Parts: sequence; structure tokens; C-alpha cells
Amino acid sequence: MKKGIISVLASVISILVGLLFGLLLLILVNSSQAFPKFGELLTAGVSNLPKLAKVLYQAAPLIMTGLAVAFAFKTGLFNIGASGQYTVGAFCALLCAIVFQLPWWVCLLASFVAGAIWGFFPGLFKALFNVNEVITSIMFNWIGMMAVNLLCMNLKNADGKLVMLPIAWVSSPIKDRTAALSYANPNAIIPKAGLDKLFNSNYMNISIFIAIAIAILLWVVLNRTTFGYELKACGYNKNASIYAGINAKRNIVLSMMISGAMAGLGGGLYYLSGTAEYTIQKVLLPMGFNGISVALLATSNPIGSIFSALFISYIQVGGESLQPVYAKEMIDIIIAVIIYLSAFALLTKTIISKYIRTDKSNVNEESKAAPVPAAVTGNAEDGAGLLPDTAKKTTEESEGVEK
Amino acid sequence: MIVLADVISATIVFAVPLLLVAMGGMFSERSGIINIALEGIMIIGALMGCLMMRWLDAAVVAGQLGAQLAMLIATLFAGVCGIVFSVLLAFASINLKADQTIGGTALNMLAPALAIVLTWVVQGQGQTTILIPTWSRITQETFGITVANPFLQNLLFKNSYLTTFITVLLFIAGVILLYKTKFGLRLMACGEHPQAAASVGINVFKMRWAGVMISGFLGGIGGLAFTLAAGSGFQSSVAGYGFLALAVMIFGNWKPWSILGASLFFALFKVIGAYASSIPFMPQFKGLEGVSTYLYPMLPYIITMILLILTSKKSRAPKAEGIPYDKGMR
Repeated sequence: MKKGIISVLASVISILVGLLFGLLLLILVNSSQAFPKFGELLTAGVSNLPKLAKVLYQAAPLIMTGLAVAFAFKTGLFNIGASGQYTVGAFCALLCAIVFQLPWWVCLLASFVAGAIWGFFPGLFKALFNVNEVITSIMFNWIGMMAVNLLCMNLKNADGKLVMLPIAWVSSPIKDRTAALSYANPNAIIPKAGLDKLFNSNYMNISIFIAIAIAILLWVVLNRTTFGYELKACGYNKNASIYAGINAKRNIVLSMMISGAMAGLGGGLYYLSGTAEYTIQKVLLPMGFNGISVALLATSNPIGSIFSALFISYIQVGGESLQPVYAKEMIDIIIAVIIYLSAFALLTKTIISKYIRTDKSNVNEESKAAPVPAAVTGNAEDGAGLLPDTAKKTTEESEGVEK
Repeated sequence: MIVLADVISATIVFAVPLLLVAMGGMFSERSGIINIALEGIMIIGALMGCLMMRWLDAAVVAGQLGAQLAMLIATLFAGVCGIVFSVLLAFASINLKADQTIGGTALNMLAPALAIVLTWVVQGQGQTTILIPTWSRITQETFGITVANPFLQNLLFKNSYLTTFITVLLFIAGVILLYKTKFGLRLMACGEHPQAAASVGINVFKMRWAGVMISGFLGGIGGLAFTLAAGSGFQSSVAGYGFLALAVMIFGNWKPWSILGASLFFALFKVIGAYASSIPFMPQFKGLEGVSTYLYPMLPYIITMILLILTSKKSRAPKAEGIPYDKGMR
């Protein structure tokens, strides 16, 4: 439990320093507006119910892409391809909704499967050919985005009309986005269960609860099942797990598929909300990359991903109030700084754990300066595992001194 | 024939950023640091290079400063700013022993956001594109000559920038530095077995710092070269070229000459995609929308994938890359 508290503390420190940096930047760019705007940035998310609804609405897909990246991290893989899996998932959900006229839960299932398929290839290439999954999944981001755009622009129905675009349903000149579900297939919109009235916002639906449920499910799989244990074992030490009789190749592919499925489902949750249409643009969707921030801030913990996604969604909604005085990309800078700081979270954690220990056991100066070499050598994912040993070591040493 | 000249000159101009950035990545990884931040470094280099050109614009137009001299200043400035940005990666991954991939990812997120904010600050609210002045290109007037032959004219002057020539020099210098100097051999030793290198008195920290900073310099210039090649001004993005360069580096097996070949190869596919509609033997896919914007641009990525799979058996990364150096681990 102590481990968890220290992780949270380290993340909170990163967040505070990141926000402080953001404030400094605001002052540098335009000092007269900096403080009121910074205040708005911090409070906008809870200023009224519709704003809070928007925070929750954007948090749902963020939790999913965050889970995608976090799950891959836990199993020793870096899934930077969440953006592509998210896009492909979104497309398949919309395809099922608009072209095949299926209900919302089937569409969500389709997005889940599509994301898994898009995660399958990088996993397979990694397992069979040992091609770095970072490079592969980046390539698949671009391939996925372009393929989806191409399909959206070209799919025709029996009448020869472009079925994914609004023109097949209503007379509309818009060609750069998909048809809105409100007229294409209202059955495919994720149910709102009265929440829209409660929050007085059209954005609100049950997607946030679906995302939280899946996060908890994933935590159970990772921490309470043999399957999850095997996946993690492969991440910690591939050779050791092979020696223990675990099929490492199969597990790499499965990890990437589950990870991709999470991201794909995120795409489904967002684009089946009825308030978002897929825009045909030559850019990679940022939701997948924000998932990396979510996972890193949560130190790859599925439950932590819920909170870090809520936080990132919260300051992104706050960031909209920065405009037009400041670019809303200020938020991206703040997030990037937070992630940069959390890259050496291990160092922060070591320092924090040292202080916590010192306060508790009241040890003398000598042990306070005790070196903590082991903790700094591993990488961040291994860090959590390394930490208790170090902490134990420090205690043992301090006890030794007292004796 | 004119198309052939266009394709060749465009291939060269697009190969230049790939070559530079992949070389940068090579220096960093050969010293043992995975530099996934190349995309971000490119963006910062491109931003600062374009800003420098903007600031020098008045002087060049007024005739107080030679156009190509201004380009040289902008190029060097891009490189120096690339170094400054790469210091962030070096500090986190070498001194603080942070996870190199995470640190690099953070920098990749930071760079485009920083670029947009800075562009706003310099150009005013909502102005997101920095235009490239026309004098940046080398034309016939630069040399005061006229080339009558349209083939040669397109080949030599359609996409001709000072960065191309600087790249040739930097490439040769890079090869010599890596293989023929004490520094280069020591750098490679640090990427293979840093403890062994340290045991014979090499300062691993210093070598890795040097590796990352070289990659910052080359990456920064590469970013500017990409923006010049793309031609539509700087819009806080280098369209994934940093990552493509990483793939080129892996495909080039962390060796300069192979990287040169790989980058020309990728650039060729990129250009074939862009020129597909004017190349007679390419299928045109009549009746499909978005062929030139989405179908052909997929080509370089798919080819990259296939090649990475085919060459994966021969691929050999520096042994110690990605592992923070720890004196105690022998």
C-alpha cells in the first residue's frame, strides 16, 4: 500500500511542477492576463454541470487509450500505436452503425475487435521477426488513418451514394466528415440513461461508466489471474518466463491485441456518442497520444488511469478557456512537462520514500544519507517493483545503526 | 523526361532530411541512448530555422545580406537549437537515468505545442504558419547563369537548397568521425559495452552526451531541410518524418552508408507517391477519391513495414542501447 501512496505522491509532485511551469509560461507570453486565465484553467472543469459533463465525456475515450498504453507497458511493450487503433476502432464502429444499421453495443464490439486486429500486426511482427513495436505501430498509425480516410471518402451504397458521408442521408455539402448518427442511425448512439437531463448537457452518456468498468476488469485480469501474471512475467523478463514454460511469443501478440482492443473501444465510445463525427483529415488523432500521458501519469496502473484520464480531460476542458488570449496548446506543454518529470519518477519516488522513512522511524543523520543505488538503475516500469527492496534496505540499515 | 528530372530532384530533396536525422539517430544510439525524440528535435530545428529566416528576411530583401549566407545562418541556428532541445533528453536519460523512451515521448509532445505557442507569440494570435521566403531556394540567378535545357533546369534548380550541399558535407564528416577517429570508436564502444569502455578510461557519460548532442544538431538541421522540401511553410509539424528516420536508421542497420541508401530508397517511394498522377506507368485508380492524398502516401509506410520484416534477421542494434549506464554493473 505504501508503494501506491508513494506513486501517487510522485505523480502529484510532477503535476504541481508542470502546472507551475504552465503559469510561468502564461506570464511570459502575456503577463496581464496570466493569473485570471490560469485561475479559469484550474476551475473551468467544475464551474458548471455542462462543463463537468464535457470532462467526463472526453475522459471516457482517454481512459481507454490510457488503458491501452498502460496494459502494454505492464507487459513490457510500448504501444505508441494507440492513435491508429483508436482510429480504426472508431471507423469500424461507424461502419457498423451507418452502413449496417446495427445497435450501439454491436458497434462497440466491432470497435473492440477492430482495435485488436490493428494491434495484432505490431505484436505479430515483434513476436516472429523481433521488429521494434514502436516503429511498427507508428507505421500502422499512418496506414490506419489513411486507409480509414480513403474508405470514408469512397464507400458507396447500392444507390451509388457515398454512404459514410452526410450526403447519403440528408442534402448537405459537407464532405470532410462522416454522417451524424442522429439521422443516420439513432439506435447506434450510446444510451444516455437520463444523464443528459441530469447534467443538462448533450455530451453526457454512460460511456464513462463503461470505461471505468473495463479499467477495473483489466486490473483484475492483470493482478488476480494466472493469465495476467504470465503476461507481466514476459514483460519483466522474457527469458525467465520462457524458462518457466510460458509461451512468450503468444503472450506478446495477445498483449498487443488486448492493448489495441482497448484503444479501439475508446474510438467506439467517442464516436458513438452522437455528438462527434469523424473528420477526414491528414493528421493522427491526438487521443491516442494523450493515452500515453494518461498511462505514464498513472504509472501504468489501470485504476490510476481512471484518475489521470479525468485529470487530463479536466485541464483540457480548462485549456479551452485560455483561448483566444493564449493558444490552447499551452495545455499540451503543461502535460508534456508533467510527463517529462514523471520520466524520472523513480528518482522522485526514491527521494519521497526516503523522507517518509526518515520521518517515521526517526533515524539519525547517518542513515538518512544512506545510498540507494539499486533503485535508480532499472527503468520506470520496473521501478515500482524495485522500490520496496530499497525501502527495506534503508530500514534494515537504520535498524543496524540503532542496534 | 521532365518528370524524371522532377522525380530525381524531389527524391534528393526529401532524402536529405531522412539522411540527416537518421544519421543523428545513429550517433545517439551508437553511444547507447535511444533517441525517440528526433521528431521533436526536428520540429524545434524547423521552427527556429524558419524564425531566423523570417528575421533575416528584411535584410536579404534590402540587399544587405546575401541570400545563401542568410540560409547558412538559419541552418546553423536550427542545428544549435536542436542541440539545446536534445540536452533535455541527455540530462534526463544520462544523468537522471530516466527511461529513455518516456523522456523522448515527452519531448515529442512538448515540441509541437511549444512551436505553436512560439509561432503565436512571434506572429500574433491564430497565425499558425511561418512562410518560407522565396530567396531560400538556389536558382539560376544565384549563380548568374542560364540553363537552356529544361531537363537540366528542373534537375538542378527545381528543388535546390543550400541544406542539400551542407548535408553532403555533414554526411562525409559523419562517416569519418564515426569510423576514422578515436572519438567515433570510443562512442561506438559506449553503445556496445559501456562498462568495458569505462574500464579503459573512457568517460561514458561524456561520450553519451556527445552522441545525443550530435543527434540534436543533425536533427535540427534535418527539420529545417524537411520544411524546405515540403515547401508549404512551417506548421508546427514534420509529418512523422522523425519516426520514419528512425525506421530508416534501423533499416540501414546503424551504418552510415546503408542509411544513405535507405533514405534515398524511402524518399523515392515518397516521391513516386506524390508524382503518381504524372508518371505514365502508375495505376491511376480512376473513380476513387483521395488517391493522391491518402492512397499513394501510404506507400512509404507499407514498404517500410515489409522491409523491416524482411531485413529483421540481419538487423543488429547496439547492444547497450536503452540501458542507463551504471558503473557498478560489470
